[in-house]
Amino acid sequence: MTNHWNDLANSDVLMAIGGNPAENHPAAFGHITIAKERGAKLISVDPRFTRTSSKADIYAPIRSGTDIAFIGGMINYILNDIESNPGNYNLTYIREYTNATFLINPDYKGPADLEGLFSGYSGSSNEIDGTKRNYNKSTWQFQRDENGIPKRDMTMKDPNCAYQLIKKHFERYTPEKVNAICGTPIDTFLEVCRTFAASGQVGKSGTILYAMGTTQHTYGAQNIRSYTILQLLLANIGIAGGGINAMRGESNVQGSTDYCLLYHIIPGYLKVPVDSDTTLAKYITRTTPTSNDPLSLNWWKNTDKYIVSLLKAWYGDNATTSNDFGFHYLPKITSGQDYSHISLFEAMNEGVIKGLMVWGQNPAVGGPNADLERTAMDKLDWMVVSDIWQTETANHWKRPGVNPAEIGTEVFLLPAKNSWEKEGSVTNSSRWMQWRYKAADGPGEAEDDLWMLDKLAKRLMQLYTDEGGPSAECINKLDWDYGDDHPDVHAVAKEINGYDLTTGKLVASFSGLKADGTTSSGNWLYCNSYVEPDAEPDAPIPGNRASRRNLDDGPFNIGLHAKWAWCWPVNRRIIYNRASVDLDGNPWDAEHPVIKWNPAKGDSGGWDGDVPDGGAAPMNQGGYYPFIMKADGLSNMFGPGMADGPLPEHYEPWEAPIDNTMSKQKNNPVFKIWRPDQQGTPDKYPIVCSTYRVCEHWQGGQMTRNMPWVIEAQPEPFCEMSEELAEEKGIANGDKVIVESARGQVKFVALVTKRFKPFKMNGSTVHQVGIIWHWGYTGLSTGDSANILTPHVGDANTMIPEYKAFLVNVRKA
Amino acid sequence: MADKAILYDASKCTACRGCQVMCKQWNENDEVIPTEENGVDSRNWGSYENPKDLSPTTWLKMRFTEVEENGQMRWLFTRQACMHCTDAGCVQVCPNGSLYHNDLGFVAYNKDTCTGCGYCIDACPFGIPRSDRNLLTGIAKMDKCTACTSQGYNRIEATAAEADAMYESWKGELIPACVKACPPGALKYGYRDTLVAEGRARVDYLKSQGRGNATLYGENELGGLHVMYVLEDSPDVYGLPVSPSISAATIAWKDVIQPVGWAVGGLAIVGLGLNWLVARANINKEAK
Amino acid sequence: MELSRRDFLKASGAGVGGIFLLGALSDGVALAAPVKQIPLKKQGQEFSTICPYDGSGCGFIVTSKDGKVVNIEGDPEHPVNRGGSCAKGASMRQLSADNPWRLTKPLYRAPGASEWQPMEWDETLDRIARRIKNTRDTSFIERDSKGNIVNRTEAIANLGGSALDNEECYLLSKLARALGIVYLEHHARI
Repeated sequence: MTNHWNDLANSDVLMAIGGNPAENHPAAFGHITIAKERGAKLISVDPRFTRTSSKADIYAPIRSGTDIAFIGGMINYILNDIESNPGNYNLTYIREYTNATFLINPDYKGPADLEGLFSGYSGSSNEIDGTKRNYNKSTWQFQRDENGIPKRDMTMKDPNCAYQLIKKHFERYTPEKVNAICGTPIDTFLEVCRTFAASGQVGKSGTILYAMGTTQHTYGAQNIRSYTILQLLLANIGIAGGGINAMRGESNVQGSTDYCLLYHIIPGYLKVPVDSDTTLAKYITRTTPTSNDPLSLNWWKNTDKYIVSLLKAWYGDNATTSNDFGFHYLPKITSGQDYSHISLFEAMNEGVIKGLMVWGQNPAVGGPNADLERTAMDKLDWMVVSDIWQTETANHWKRPGVNPAEIGTEVFLLPAKNSWEKEGSVTNSSRWMQWRYKAADGPGEAEDDLWMLDKLAKRLMQLYTDEGGPSAECINKLDWDYGDDHPDVHAVAKEINGYDLTTGKLVASFSGLKADGTTSSGNWLYCNSYVEPDAEPDAPIPGNRASRRNLDDGPFNIGLHAKWAWCWPVNRRIIYNRASVDLDGNPWDAEHPVIKWNPAKGDSGGWDGDVPDGGAAPMNQGGYYPFIMKADGLSNMFGPGMADGPLPEHYEPWEAPIDNTMSKQKNNPVFKIWRPDQQGTPDKYPIVCSTYRVCEHWQGGQMTRNMPWVIEAQPEPFCEMSEELAEEKGIANGDKVIVESARGQVKFVALVTKRFKPFKMNGSTVHQVGIIWHWGYTGLSTGDSANILTPHVGDANTMIPEYKAFLVNVRKA
Repeated sequence: MADKAILYDASKCTACRGCQVMCKQWNENDEVIPTEENGVDSRNWGSYENPKDLSPTTWLKMRFTEVEENGQMRWLFTRQACMHCTDAGCVQVCPNGSLYHNDLGFVAYNKDTCTGCGYCIDACPFGIPRSDRNLLTGIAKMDKCTACTSQGYNRIEATAAEADAMYESWKGELIPACVKACPPGALKYGYRDTLVAEGRARVDYLKSQGRGNATLYGENELGGLHVMYVLEDSPDVYGLPVSPSISAATIAWKDVIQPVGWAVGGLAIVGLGLNWLVARANINKEAK
Repeated sequence: MELSRRDFLKASGAGVGGIFLLGALSDGVALAAPVKQIPLKKQGQEFSTICPYDGSGCGFIVTSKDGKVVNIEGDPEHPVNRGGSCAKGASMRQLSADNPWRLTKPLYRAPGASEWQPMEWDETLDRIARRIKNTRDTSFIERDSKGNIVNRTEAIANLGGSALDNEECYLLSKLARALGIVYLEHHARI
């Protein structure tokens, strides 16, 4: 989240798209209720009428997978309205804080010129070969002056400036096209446009709430890009009640992402080293963005300090200037190779992967194409699972339909403690790091994962010290000392924060980190979270800011709760908050100021309110651009770094019931297709299907399907469908139905509802159904897994699987 | 004496069912795991609304109603649990005073003396009480929502004066589990008079927002309910009885037949005996 | 751990009704079930915690007595949920050690075996460390075909993290990377 849960109460318009917060974030939904009591409008854009829709002022139905067309239409509406009613928009923000003014390479061509493609495409359209499906992005780049600073046209009239290219790109997204693609009635769509566009006025705010309905597409990242353009045009980023807010689905998925348990990044979102990084210097050069613009702070210029401090945290005294601080102890991936979830299971299926460790995850239920992933597990030599229960993953060898005797995987199942049987911190969607305490004992010999990791690491370090092995020093040079018996979680938390190694004191903030090896920090983003006791004496655990419980709301009373727990980065509650003020440092929204320049503060003035994105003076007084994490200092309306185009373009899901109404290019042209033979076609599978969750259950079911109360509340997986489809198929509410895709079939209960309606587009009718995915074959409540049906294809930029739009057929069982 | 009440605002409820589960958590209604052999319907019957019915261990459940008018879809949520009526059919019909109004105005019951006769079940205009008759022993006990305040099930075990004092000084600590659990603040607990005023104001607001049929349900029904609903439409749209009343037979039982019975004396024993007979008859029936 | 449903009733202390019924039968008179006493406030020590389900980060209060959980409800001071809880949050107590489905001992499944067998922690960890070392050492790539130092293994994969605490995620990241694991993924991707 750019903002945070409590800040939703400040919003004037909230649009939930690709998310259903009343269902999946019910307790946090209370802040939306507060906003509504203030008169805010709630818009729910969803293929079906949901619990969120039930509380919305406007419900707009949308066929799954057509967000770009929908938001593109909104962008088109707003760009036209800016022409007619410029006074209703914050043009200073657009001009000064975004790259709308940047001039683009004159050779750039977009989908309007190239039948749905951008300039630089290699490979023919609908090509399957992964090596050919990519773009040369040179024509998407900014024109730069002799100092390398992007050229700008502050009038935004130049036909090559980003603003004009965006206009040209989105003028094709007319309300009629939106209707033909999304199936949204035109009047409803226009009501959404009018309502949300009203947040573009100076002093008004609008927020976008999204979740996996946005990301789980072959163009999920571009869906978010479309939200970005929309929110920048409305000046909604950085302000209270604004932002683009990813509602994260797990208690610590924000934290686990910050610690970068992902192949392409290492803690603190540093890029993973690759084969060509033959020295630390080369790595730093490759991964550090540069800017010659004196007005751009370019925060990532500090990459060298963060990587060196990370290496010092991991290898301690063994990380020295003479060995590049142990840079080569880190593994290097092959540049350009993908090691993400789908690739991982494909490699497992190929027999490349022999051993698997799983910590509180259940891919046998949650992974796409679940039968394929279960079969891949059969090929492992060994598997380690840590969980609080038996899971489908741990039990894959005794799933229905297989003979355990034929499965040679050796499996270790480790009994874990649950969240209140141990001590530590978690980070929520708001980026709040909150401390939890041990409140009760675990069952039997259950242990916490920290203990397991500590014991394993010590054993491995001993084995490599005693026996050696290839590059044994990568392991036995680790700085790993958290106590002899149970590892001290506070020692770990302090290591994450980092130390000034010359004094032995905890570093106060990441601005104190250095590239010369005199500081350590296990994750620079969390620097400032655990400080010397005298720097935070009033916290329940002195020094540990995550433990704070002070409800003081700060100077502006906008619900920042700046002294409740701690928030990355440096306790900044709303990021990009320098965009919430004008060039003189006065808040756009005087009623809900996030920060405000106070000339009387200190010697030369200072900021009141939230922790600003850097303490420099306002732009008119020599301060820098507001988007400090961007190399050019301004936010990207035009995004030349994306794999699949600098602007979002509508494509159909990999499996789609209709052709692309926008262009000849049916699918995203660059995502990797693993199994073309498993693509379902509309003649056999005419119905669009999405998977989703219900309030009463959770993810792969490990944490709810052994619990009577929630099982009783939601006892079986179901398939939601319209009354029209049910009638067509002779299905009655409560019947068992077979839902079938090109990957397999499942048996669910039919939930026939008025809340799903067939989509009528261009004269054709498209049905959509929805299935919930929490079930599997292990536990107190068992049932078929929805992911038997989902495909092994992923987003072009992120490889997130396309769970939200694929084709099925449905029949009575 | 100041009656307390619960105000449920359907216009704020998202049906997350925190109340439904927290009721079980607090009241330790965790005896039954949902299997058919345990007498609980563990199948989904084609609805978000599970389990399908109240039971001796499900005192509160949320109801979901889909309404479509002029192409406008609405998904209405409401609460199904004891309404704690002032004119309470169950209290009137209870043969030995096991059901009664406590000092806070809620319908309380004493499980020690409940004979499980089941008359309260038939007498309730909202169909709330449930009984778990054991076929072998004939023992049956009625169960229902206690508003977490009735004797023996105390979240608050106190006289009205003490409860008022605690309510004031503990600032809402002692509120029913469902109310405490409600994330969007759709449930409130407090003095009934205050809540009636709040409910009326909310209804006025909803009417001003175009909900012409909005109504405060329970202000006057059955002498005034101690669980009142702010509804966005008329009660029948939510499946609630528009003018709930106690049947004449129920009144006759309480006012005419019961006194005669008491006059005969030893009714408790007779009641238990009856209980045995009914239970045995049922067992025989099942056996056949 | 094949557990019958009746075992759950016993283990969860929920067989109360059954016990009383037996009592009732034995003396034939005491037909009234004793009142189930729930004290004014469930007594015990209170600890603040954060809900383990979604990313809202709601606060809860765990009340425990002698190491056992007796009550969990929303933390009324917490700014996100202000005492509230959804259906999952309200059911959290059933994640406790009392739940008979919780794992209590390391389990081992030998290749081709059809059942789990219990194993001691020391042996389990020794074996796992050995498997990791064997697989890593036989698959380890110190230099790629171009001669670049890459120090990785592609034969071990690691999944998970969103259910762990930050400190655990950190140590997992540190250990996995030190082992040279590059197939390192978790919930955030899917």
